[in-house]
Formats: sequence, structure tokens, C-alpha cells
Amino acid sequence: MSYKIYKINEELKDFMPKEIIDLEEKATWGNPKRGVMDLPYTKELIEEHSLCAGCPESMALRYIIASLPNPEDTIIVNSTGCTSLVFPHIALHTVHSLFGNQNAVASGIKRVLEWRFPDKVKDVVVLAGDGATVDIGLDCTLQSFFRQEKITTICFDNEVYANTGGQESGLTVKGHVFKMAPKGKQWDKVPMWQLAIDSGCHYVARLTVSSPKRVEQVIKKAIYVAREVGPTYVHLYTPCILEIGLNSDDGLDEMRARDKERFAFFEYMTPQAEEVINRIKEEGLL
Amino acid sequence: MQATETILYNRAGQRVVSPDYLLFEAPRTKHFMTGSEAVKEAVKRASVDASVSYPITPQSEAAHLIGELWVEGYVGVYFRGESEFGVMSEIAGCAMAGARCITTTSGPGTLRAMENFPMWAGTRIPVQLVLMARGINSPLSIQPDNLEVSFLLDTGCMIWYAETAQDLFDMILAGFVVAEQPDVHVPLITVVDGFFVSHTREAVMLPPDDIALPPYNPYRAPMPVIDAEVPPGRFLRDPFVMKSNYISYATHASWQWEVRAAIERSRPYAKHYLRGLVEHFGDPEADLVFVACGTASAQAKEAVRLLEDEGIPARVVKLKTIRPFPIEELREAVKGAKYIFVPEFNVVGWLEREVRRYLYGHSNAEIIGAPRVAGGMTMPAEVIVKEVLKLTGKEVKHVI
Ligand SMILES: Cc1ncc(C[n+]2csc(CCOP(=O)(O)OP(=O)(O)O)c2C)c(N)n1
Ligand code: SF4
Ligand SMILES: [Mg+2]
Repeated sequence: MSYKIYKINEELKDFMPKEIIDLEEKATWGNPKRGVMDLPYTKELIEEHSLCAGCPESMALRYIIASLPNPEDTIIVNSTGCTSLVFPHIALHTVHSLFGNQNAVASGIKRVLEWRFPDKVKDVVVLAGDGATVDIGLDCTLQSFFRQEKITTICFDNEVYANTGGQESGLTVKGHVFKMAPKGKQWDKVPMWQLAIDSGCHYVARLTVSSPKRVEQVIKKAIYVAREVGPTYVHLYTPCILEIGLNSDDGLDEMRARDKERFAFFEYMTPQAEEVINRIKEEGLL
Repeated sequence: MQATETILYNRAGQRVVSPDYLLFEAPRTKHFMTGSEAVKEAVKRASVDASVSYPITPQSEAAHLIGELWVEGYVGVYFRGESEFGVMSEIAGCAMAGARCITTTSGPGTLRAMENFPMWAGTRIPVQLVLMARGINSPLSIQPDNLEVSFLLDTGCMIWYAETAQDLFDMILAGFVVAEQPDVHVPLITVVDGFFVSHTREAVMLPPDDIALPPYNPYRAPMPVIDAEVPPGRFLRDPFVMKSNYISYATHASWQWEVRAAIERSRPYAKHYLRGLVEHFGDPEADLVFVACGTASAQAKEAVRLLEDEGIPARVVKLKTIRPFPIEELREAVKGAKYIFVPEFNVVGWLEREVRRYLYGHSNAEIIGAPRVAGGMTMPAEVIVKEVLKLTGKEVKHVI
């Protein structure tokens, strides 16, 4: 459809809360050039959030939602975890169904939308934690890549099960002591970005969310490639400041520190993906 | 003024007819087929948008045949998922995006998928799952056994139980119509006994295949369809389950009540489209009653015939729906009954438990949870007769 679904019936306008009216009047709709630079000037599609103060997941979510090229026709599929606390605050069509089934649900949605609306672009974006993406949901994640589902998968890697109180996950680094790994993690961090490449993703990126503009670029590339070619995967470092004992204003420094080591910016694309990316660059959409 | 009649066609090019016409009025011809083939015939006439499959005996063939329908253009989306957990989530996604959906599974597949069923119900998607019951592990069994149904009773899904391939054909079509009513709109699990129905050939009366159910209209759903064509629903914006406060508890509780209430509201529709929630067979005056569903009711009907030879009048009350449970119908049907036998294909006797629960304080009959077979055993009518004769102290003539 279009952002028209966000238009408020004139006769009801008097009764609508300001945030809803702002959504119609001040949010960026119908403009694929929207991006993080709009953040200070436009109405965000996230209305507050209930994460810990300074949680980098909240930054990541704001940057991602601000970067969606087609928010009026984007469906976001989520999983259980800290991120799911934000989903009810997002003004788009979002789904939370179970913990770990996000790529399966997204596959069904994408295929049916393609079938129901063959002439429209409907982007489906998965957004879930490291536990959801790589541990409990790994099967559904990889299988959706194998099947070449045209969806974008974004993993919020905070290297821990944060929402349940700080347990070791497959993405925790070796040796780190978390709950359920009281002697320190015994095995290596799962290189999910590499698994994504091997499993058929056409665009893969690994980065921290220290640079909003870079997040925007990556998200746009991932979405455009998924739309036309096949699965794409974005691996974001969004440290859980609570579980690693940092203060609310330490998140950015933590990410900058990791920018130089295990989360050094990494990008991969297949030739088909590159073609799409070059084209959208030429069109001025990147 | 001249009346104009618009003829509508679905995406497969079939003429759209009313559910009543398709189920009750259209001329039918006789075909000889398995239960799995009956699934195909039903899906072919149901304007189905999406199906996701996974192999497990005995439901695989039904799933293959739905795939053939996809190739032929009768089904919009079809693929094999990674596991039953994945499949039930994929089909949920299909339904959320506004599709009429059907899928199939059996035994271990049902349990692998389990977390999805209450999710379906809570999401208020009218997915239809055709369950071809088989044993669950361990030890491994691929044989008919309906223990798995007991796990599904409180998932918030409607549960119907077909006795024959004919039942299955009609129930699948009726199922979409009932499940998709805006005031119902919950999932439906249509059960048949694996092998006994899925693999056995019998006569099935079919309407022509160039007519079909009206397509699903997702915009009649009580929840916004996830297609970005309608404003996102308020429920997506209110984090009702994610807060620890009394309002969120109350919201969650009332949401679950509402799912159960929706099942209750399916009664009048199910009564109409299934022609009653129960079926009666045998001597209406008999005080010996078999209450059963599926193949057990077919066998109980045979037992009634044998008992007639023994001079013992008996009858069968076949339950077509388990959720909603035909409470009033059963209470009415067993008025005057002295003995109620509940023959079942599982070791726990879940149907006996249900029957006892709903007859408590409403019947003085003795309720006997027998015979009970499991693990792939058949239930010859003689075994049922034997249970009855044990009780009446008569000589067991039919049983060798
Ligand atoms: C089937 C199932 N198992 C376990 C849980 C409990 N659970 C909820 S959130 C969560 C942690 C999520 O971790 P992650 O995906 O890394 O997201 P984060 O909270 O770290 O952002 C767990 C284990 C659940 N909800 N469902
Ligand atoms: S627990 Fe960690 S990941 Fe969750 S909101 Fe707080 S800081 Fe963020
Ligand atoms: Mg995590």
C-alpha cells in the first residue's frame, strides 16, 4: 500500500494523540532517500523504548528503522529477547511469534506477499538477538538462507542472552564468564557472518553500530539486495552494557574499541548483489 | 429490471460458489480413493493460498498431493520446510500475511511443532492442520495411535475428528468456512487416524472440480493482516505481555479466554456445515452406548451390528468435534443410557476423560473406558463386543 494507511480520519483528528498525528505529518514516508540524517528533524517510527538507558540495541534499532528505504511497505519480524521490548513501540507492521522461529515466519510472510502482491515491493526484515539467530533459531536462520528467501536478517549480537539475565550464548567469546558458563566459555564465538556466506547469503556485513551512517549504508544495501536477489545478513555488535558492567554512556566507546578488532568492518557480496548495489548507487539511493 | 448474475472465478480459474452449494447442493459423483487423495480433492476445491510440507508417515502422501496442486496452479505458495517446528512457523507467516493455509503432520511431527499451536491460536490465524494420527516416540512407531491428540486439547485450536475419507473431504472444506468466520478465526486441527483413513481406499462422493470455495478475505479477520495494506493494529503497539503490571496480566488472561470463547462461537457454524456436532447410529432406544470418534466409531458401528445378533441393542454417538466439545449433544444423547463405552486408539483414554468430565453430574450411566488399543493395534469389532459381553456376563460367541 503506502503511507496512506497512516493518514488519520479528519473527523477523528481532534482525539488523536500527538505522536500519532506526528506520524502522519512529520515522519518520512514514500522517500527511499530517508536515512539517519533525518533523525533530528523528523518523527521517528519508534516511539520511545523500554531498553536500559544507553543500550546500543536501542541505537541500532533507531538507525535501522530510520534507514528502511520503504517503511510503508516493510514488515519486521522479531524474536524474543531485549529487542522485543521495543517492537510494540514501532509504528510499522511487526510480528513477534516465538523465540527462534523468526526466519521461518518471515519466509512465510514474504512468499505470500509476493504471491498476493506481485506488482508491489514489500520488504521483509528479520531483527533478532544472537541467541535467537544463532543458537535456538540457527536451523530456521540457515534454512531460510539455503532456500534463498528474499529476506534481510539482522542479528543484534550482544554476545549474551541478555533478556534472561546474562547467560553464555554461541556468540559469547571463548573464556568469558557468564551465567551457565561459570568456568568461562569453553569454545569459540560462532562466526555467523561466515556461516551466512557459506549458506547462500548474497550480501553479508559485520560491524558495530558506532557509525550511524555506516549502519544506514549497510541496511540499505542488504534490503535492496534481498528484494531482488536473495537472502542477506547483517551482523551488528550491540554490546549489552548491563551484563558487561558498563555505564549508560560507555556503549559507544565499547563499540569503537571493538571496531578495531573482532568487529572490524567486514563486507561480502556476490556479483549479482554488487550489480544491484552499483545500480542503486547510480540512482542516488545509497 | 433484469437480474444480473456475476460469476466469480478464483485464481485457479474455478467458479466460486457458496460453501452451502459446494457442500450440500452441488451434484456429486462417486470416486474410489484413499484419505490422502481425499485431502487433495478437498484442497483442490478450497481456493487454498498456501501450504508448507514436511515428510512423515502417514501424512506424506497428502502433502505430496498438495504439491501437485501447486504445480497445477490450484495452490499459490508451496514448499518443504526444514522441520515441523519450522513448517508450523512458516505456515503461520503465510497466514499472517493473509493466506488461506493448510498443512499436514503426524505423531512426532505434531510434538516437534508443539510450541506453534498455542501461538497460532493466540495470533488468531485460521490455519487448518490435517493431522493423520500416528504413535509418538519412544519407542519409535509409525503405526496408527491417537495419543498425540491429547496434547492438543488445550492449545486453543479447534479440533475436529473425521471417521472416513468422505468425512475428511467434507470437513476440510467446512473447516475453512468455520475457522475463517470473523467471530471465530482460530486454527483448526482436522484429525483422522493414520493408515486406517489416510491409506485405505473407499468410496467418496465428490462435487465437480471446476467449482471452489470463495477465496479467503483477510480483511474480514479480527486482527490486522500483516501486509502493510492496513494500519498496524493497536495490539502491536501495546506491549501488553511485556510489562509486569496488573493490566498486562489481565490483558493476557482475557486474550486467552477470548481464544476459548472464539472456539465456543464456532458451534453454530460447525453445526450447520457439519450437519451436527455428533452423529447417531444404531438403536435409538438402546441403553448401551458407544461414544467414540474416528476409526473407533467406525468399529463401534460394526460392533453394534454384531451385538444385534447377540440380542443386545446398542448405539453409537460419534463425536465430530472435540473442540468445541459437543457437551449438550452428548448429554442429550446419553439420556437413559446405562452403559457408556468409550473405545479408543491410545493408552491414556483421553476421550474417556473428556466424556467423564462433561457427563459428570449429568448421567447415571456407568462409563467404561474400553476397549483401548494402541501402538498400531487394530480394534476389531469383536474386541469391542467382548468388552460388552464381559460386562453383561454373556457367553462370548464372536470372539475366537
Ligand atoms: C522456547 C524458548 N526458550 C527460551 C526462552 C527464554 N528467552 C527469552 S529471551 C531469551 C534471551 C534472548 O537472547 P538473545 O536472542 O541473544 O537476545 P537479547 O536478549 O540478548 O537481546 C531467552 C533465552 C523463550 N522465550 N522461549
Ligand atoms: S539487558 Fe543489555 S541488551 Fe538488554 S536492554 Fe539492557 S543493556 Fe540492552
Ligand atoms: Mg543476545
